[in-house]
Amino acid sequence: MSFLEYHVKSTPTGWRKILHLNWALALLLVTVACVGFLMLYSVAGGSFQPWAEPQMERFALGFTAMIIVALVPIWFWRNMSVLAYAVSILLLLYVEFFGATGGGAQRWIDLGFMRLQPSEMAKVTVVMMLAAYYDWLDIDKVSNPLYVAIPLLIIGLPVGLTFIQPDLGTSLLIMMGGGAVIFLAGVHWLYFATVIAMGVGAVTAVFASRGTSWALLADYQYARIDTFLDPTRDPLGAGYHITQSQIALGSGGWTGRGFMQGTQIRGDFLPESHTDFIFPTLAEEFGFVGAASLLLLYILILVFCIATALMARERYASLVVMGVAVTFFLYFSINMAMVMGLAPVVGVPLPLVSYGGSAMLVLMVAFGLVQSAHIHRAR
Amino acid sequence: MKRTQREIEDSVRTITRRSLVVGGLFAGTGAVLAGRMRYLQVERADDFRLLAEENRINLRLLPPARGLIFDRRGVLLAGNEQNYRITIVREDAGDVDAVLDEVARLVNLDLVTLERAREEIRNRPSFVPVTIADRLSWEELSAVAVNAPALPGVNPEVGLSRVYPLGADFAHVVGYVGPVSDWYLQQTGDTDPVLQIPDFQVGRYNIEDKAESMLRGRAGTSRVEVNASGRIMRELDRDPATPGSDVQLTVDAGLQNYVEARLEGESAGAVIMDCQTGDLLALASAPTFDPNLFVRGISTTQWNGLNNDPYRPLANKATQGLYPPGSTYKMIVALAALEGGFVTANETVSCPGHMEVGNRRFHCWRRGGHGRVDIVGAIMESCDVYFYELAQRVGIENISAMARRFGCGVRHDLPMSGVAEGLAPTMEWKRRRFDQDWVVGDTLNASIGQGFVLSSPLHLAVMTARLATGRMIEPTLVRSVNGVPSDRPEPEDLGINPDHLALVHEGMWRVTNSSRGTAYRYRADDEGFAFAGKTGTSQVRNITAAERAAGVIRNEDLPWERRDHGLFVGFAPYNNPRYAAAVIVEHGGGSAAAAPIARDILLRAQVGDVPPPELYPVSLRRSIEAMHGEMRIFDAPPQPSGRTPGHGGQGA
Repeated sequence: MSFLEYHVKSTPTGWRKILHLNWALALLLVTVACVGFLMLYSVAGGSFQPWAEPQMERFALGFTAMIIVALVPIWFWRNMSVLAYAVSILLLLYVEFFGATGGGAQRWIDLGFMRLQPSEMAKVTVVMMLAAYYDWLDIDKVSNPLYVAIPLLIIGLPVGLTFIQPDLGTSLLIMMGGGAVIFLAGVHWLYFATVIAMGVGAVTAVFASRGTSWALLADYQYARIDTFLDPTRDPLGAGYHITQSQIALGSGGWTGRGFMQGTQIRGDFLPESHTDFIFPTLAEEFGFVGAASLLLLYILILVFCIATALMARERYASLVVMGVAVTFFLYFSINMAMVMGLAPVVGVPLPLVSYGGSAMLVLMVAFGLVQSAHIHRAR
Repeated sequence: MKRTQREIEDSVRTITRRSLVVGGLFAGTGAVLAGRMRYLQVERADDFRLLAEENRINLRLLPPARGLIFDRRGVLLAGNEQNYRITIVREDAGDVDAVLDEVARLVNLDLVTLERAREEIRNRPSFVPVTIADRLSWEELSAVAVNAPALPGVNPEVGLSRVYPLGADFAHVVGYVGPVSDWYLQQTGDTDPVLQIPDFQVGRYNIEDKAESMLRGRAGTSRVEVNASGRIMRELDRDPATPGSDVQLTVDAGLQNYVEARLEGESAGAVIMDCQTGDLLALASAPTFDPNLFVRGISTTQWNGLNNDPYRPLANKATQGLYPPGSTYKMIVALAALEGGFVTANETVSCPGHMEVGNRRFHCWRRGGHGRVDIVGAIMESCDVYFYELAQRVGIENISAMARRFGCGVRHDLPMSGVAEGLAPTMEWKRRRFDQDWVVGDTLNASIGQGFVLSSPLHLAVMTARLATGRMIEPTLVRSVNGVPSDRPEPEDLGINPDHLALVHEGMWRVTNSSRGTAYRYRADDEGFAFAGKTGTSQVRNITAAERAAGVIRNEDLPWERRDHGLFVGFAPYNNPRYAAAVIVEHGGGSAAAAPIARDILLRAQVGDVPPPELYPVSLRRSIEAMHGEMRIFDAPPQPSGRTPGHGGQGA
């Protein structure tokens, strides 16, 4: 049995495990969540409804889930990985079918107290599945083409299902998170170099062919790409969001306009300010100091994750923790890049701050895995 | 599958190495994000702060109240009335159709209005108030207000709209306002932001138009904070609007009403002025129209009715209508001859009823002729031949120069939409205009106010005022602005020999007061109110030799539009001239149409009320009384309004 491989005797048992939680990481998570409550309170015009209070309840639920997950030994979760992955794929399929009959793009399942988005779940279960796969795989086979194809399939299935929902942002996130785990597992760097080269080549070809006789895309498709890459071309559509977002950010200045004083938010100039565009709200009201502080908090969370991964000395634990870290990193960096006009507008929330149940819960469970790896690390 | 220690070490090493690479990527990305934050929030903070302010702050214009227009005694001629209207806000109304049905039950709304409102409600953002109906009565507005709980989203509102309480009587003086059209903006090049205010009204005719800059006022502003959809969140500060200046005119509302009423039924123009000061007391043009129609939006039917009327109610005949002045021009010729020494007071000319000049025969209006006439007699009897003779001696240049001294052929500076220049022709003018030489026949025609000569009633009134006083009287229409009297220099002396003026006065006196005078029938039978004047008839057709041989067709037998114009100018009281009047009745058939009108308005001006029958010759008293009984006159002279200009209040 695999659990015998771990140094059981040196890990804490029973309720004493709680004392061995990475409390610094937990505190960081609570702090970030509190920033979220504050901003949701502000966005609602100084009210706990309709966002701050549900968000608090969910965070409480998520924090409890994190502790429960943390108390269970990490190798149990390794054994659950395949099951978790399978369940998330089934849920994605379920949503796909019932979404179709329900009309429109239905991305969630109503659980009564919250709406579960299987695509959010898939972000973590893909990481778990890949980690378990590489834990199982002989190390000298990781770069074997056959064994490289399998993780591609593992990633491709949920990516495809989210893409057709359609949810471009989430499918990209899953793909990049999965790719990161493959990279971390030690797959030869030439594979990545090849993929990147091919990607760059394809994009270059597409753009180079524009306006020539062998154009690879139709004109309107190029136009769509242009708008996607540069939203200011469409000032009333996608460009409106990004322009207003940058105005909110920039007008914050060094120290911001003050809590509840952001005019961009009060005047509804900034759309989606409680979900994907919550960061400009923070930046407007608390300025560069506030925005940079949040970035610092995020970086600190990553530092703790990397530390945990490096201390784990156990393949599954390290890969899962790093996978979670990369996923978390992708969340906030894409979101921030997007609202600051560095990346196209794709629907990616700011982790632990944006209003949303599934993402919050799934992330807290993922941090539960990190905590579990921390408690049950080899000593 | 157990792993060897070496494999585990290998795995840890790989993961550590790769983790550090990923960690480096994290750090790099973090640095880029922080750099971007710094760029946006620190380096470009001011730019974005400005953009945020532009987003947030909106300037709303507050409409100024338009200046009021008063008559010389403070009677309100143009005011602003409360315009009660009801608006609906879609998002507050819920079921818009049900609410509109309910409103239609309370307020009398026609289907067109309802349909227009429905369409506007559909097209505007849901929070914008849309006017369902305006110009409601207080009762209707109250009904809506009382039923407010059953009418969600419906609001009774009050705005200001122009109103002309005296209606048609002042259409041709005060004019009217109308909405700001694209055409107006283009035409005037006016960029005053106040024009952007919805439902704003600008002057479109006469005083309202020409005194626009005084009457308009200055828009106020209200700085408001708005949200993305334009909804006002709160007012930041407010700079109230400055109302327009109040304008007081020289006209007398009671007299104006009397003159308009007296002209009713004719196509005519009349001007009466204070011949000492130049104050225009009444400027009437008949038929007239209700200027309130233009404010409220005139219907096509009404517009076509006004536009196609052969009596041309929209034309201002008093200042814009140009007519051959006929015999009223003879005083000019007489003075030109006297002043130039071409004739003496006692010199007589024999009138056989016609005069041969060149190979043409020029007729006197009396076929049998007047016999021997001197200058006084020629004016009294309006002998054409006498003036043909004078004209040949004086020449057109002297006549026209004298005409201009008396204000004919000159554009008088009045704030009116159309003030005609008229025409006192010269040889050079004819050459320029027709490329023809002036011939002596032209001079003869001009001497009896026919041919090229053209004047408006305003010209003739000014001429009469100058004849009466011998001074350079300038017509004036604006008495004061915001209580500050208009700056008016003392009229200069015309420099006419008083003896010569006295001769002309004597002639004009005899016109109405000598039994041989052309207007003796229309005299005033009272020493104190007696007036002097001159009749005029101007032909609008040529009388051929054949017709003259067969006997000139009587005016009554001609179709209306071919009958002669009737004219009369006069001043009163004769001994101490105070009022000068000019009347033109288009196609009136002759001066007999105009003289009684001039008599009546001169008497009305002197009495200050409807003239009593005792002032008329006995034989006319009953018919005059009957006429006054039927006239559309104010029951009582309009009472000065509450808001009187500071210095106003003295009688006309």
